Amino acid sequence: MSVGKKIYGLYNDDAILVEGAKTVVAKGIKVSDTYSPFPIHGIEKIIGIKWTRIAICAFMYGITGTSLAILGMYYFMIVDWPMDIGGKPNQYFLQNLPSFVPIMFEFTVLCAAHGMALTYFLRNWTLPGVSAKNPHPRTTDDHFAMEIDPSENTSMSVEEIQGILKETGTVEVFEK
Amino acid sequence: MHQESEIRYPLILGDKTYHQITEDVCAPVEGRANKLWYAAFTISVVVALWGLGCIMYTIGRGIGVWGLNTTVDWAWDITNFVWWVGIGHAGTLISAVLLLFRQKWRMAINRSAEAMTIFAVMMAALFPGIHMGRIWMAYWVLPLPNQFGSLWVNFNSPLLWDVFAISTYFSVSLVFWYIGLIPDFATIRDRATRIIPKTIYSVLAFGWSGKAKQWIRFEEVSLVLAGLATPLVFSVHSIVSMDFATSVVPGWHTTIFPPYFVAGAIFSGFAMVQTLLIIARKVVSLESYITRKHIESMNIVIVITGSMVGIAYLTELFIAWYSGVEFEQYAFLNRATGPYWWAYAMMMTCNVVTPLIFFVEKVRKSIVISFIISIFVNIGMWFERFVIIVTSLHRDFIPSNWTMFHPTFVDIGIFIGTIGIFFVLFLLYARTFPVLALNELKSILKSSGDNYKKQQH
Repeated sequence: MSVGKKIYGLYNDDAILVEGAKTVVAKGIKVSDTYSPFPIHGIEKIIGIKWTRIAICAFMYGITGTSLAILGMYYFMIVDWPMDIGGKPNQYFLQNLPSFVPIMFEFTVLCAAHGMALTYFLRNWTLPGVSAKNPHPRTTDDHFAMEIDPSENTSMSVEEIQGILKETGTVEVFEK
Repeated sequence: MHQESEIRYPLILGDKTYHQITEDVCAPVEGRANKLWYAAFTISVVVALWGLGCIMYTIGRGIGVWGLNTTVDWAWDITNFVWWVGIGHAGTLISAVLLLFRQKWRMAINRSAEAMTIFAVMMAALFPGIHMGRIWMAYWVLPLPNQFGSLWVNFNSPLLWDVFAISTYFSVSLVFWYIGLIPDFATIRDRATRIIPKTIYSVLAFGWSGKAKQWIRFEEVSLVLAGLATPLVFSVHSIVSMDFATSVVPGWHTTIFPPYFVAGAIFSGFAMVQTLLIIARKVVSLESYITRKHIESMNIVIVITGSMVGIAYLTELFIAWYSGVEFEQYAFLNRATGPYWWAYAMMMTCNVVTPLIFFVEKVRKSIVISFIISIFVNIGMWFERFVIIVTSLHRDFIPSNWTMFHPTFVDIGIFIGTIGIFFVLFLLYARTFPVLALNELKSILKSSGDNYKKQQH
């Protein structure tokens, strides 16, 4: 086997892959990733992938949006060009606050949603022009792949790993 | 794995496998369009071109070519705007609110409903744009530093809230829709054999690989976006209603408007989803996924929101009488019995009376009747906005100003034209995009699929 190649076990059912991953992990093999056409719930715990913190990012983008909206409206409406609209008081921010609420809310959602979406695209590295990494075209259709990197499992030979994989109900084991 | 009670209806009928779902959903994208599609597309393009012509005529000549006058200075344009925004409420409601409530039947309809939302909001945004008269000044709605001594937009105005609400709603719905589409574009990309489709779908799929971590992020982002979009859906039509409610015009100046408009928006949005999907399930043979159960569920939403709208109509009448304000009382008396009584009657019949037959189980399970009622609701909701806008304006405080509104061919052309543009976009979407959320459907196949349910019990 040439250097840098990874071993893939291809399955035709998500339940078999989950069971297979449990077996493989129990034998002390590090599974580096799985590829599936839809989310497999619980697989991250089996193969040891941490849960995402993207929701925290969304919260931070959201409060940034609220702050920007408050600051912006304070500057535009109170400091820079106070307008007397229908004789309603507008010297103080608090007096105008109720009518600022809709835009504060909308701008919060705008920043939180788009900030999170951008973070999502960058962290996933899914952007226009990026080439896909899935090892087999059918992993976006009805097949499921388990990825094992031999360089992370030096205690075992490639043949041993492949042997263990084959016993877990794979339809194919290949290197790529 | 998640177990589902056997008394629940299966959401995917027939003997489907993961691969069969892919085949069924990709078939319209990979195959050739039939004659019916070409016929519908041609008619839509012609209507859309007529509408675009009328829009260009309006921009060239100014809005004097519309039927507006000094008394009725808002008419079909704002009616159409509110109608389209209302229709644009179902998509995000289905994908966001129903996601939070874990309603799995949303999965077969959310993709198309969101597409419809996006196209409807595009049509809606057109109307305030051309109503400005000088559309090239449209950037004045944004708070930009300018040469007028930094004169800012008025943040106290509901019209500006609308700018923020509609643009936020549109862009967030678009992002939500696209994030869901990426894994499904990847499926089409990996199945494509010809070079041009493969290249196009590779770009559209953003290099999606379906890694475990990507799916974790995908689900988290969907959940958080749903949480953000849920209050957004309710806020958008509330803000649209405040365009009217914060004015001092009798018939508009009511606090019931925000909830009443939101209920009406969901009502009309679901009706439009129903209209489109009843056709789409037949044309692209997706009866196994968009089942009678889905249609029934949507009918239940329609009858409930329709009843809420009905209560709001009656409450308005009661409050007008109870207020003791004679202008308010006259506004409502004039609505129901004045020269526009026919529009009021149309609204009451289509929105309140006809949907009530959905209380009969047999009726709401009937596809033909569902389709007919959905058309009624679409028409009724257009008349609702017409009644609110035109009848409140046409007889104002000074009787010498009283007049009627007569639409010109341009008013009619633009309205019909937007329906054409909407259908052009929707038909193109139905041929090039995965019309069902593939990845979501596959994830419920084992718990809600017909064949798997039979095996379990």
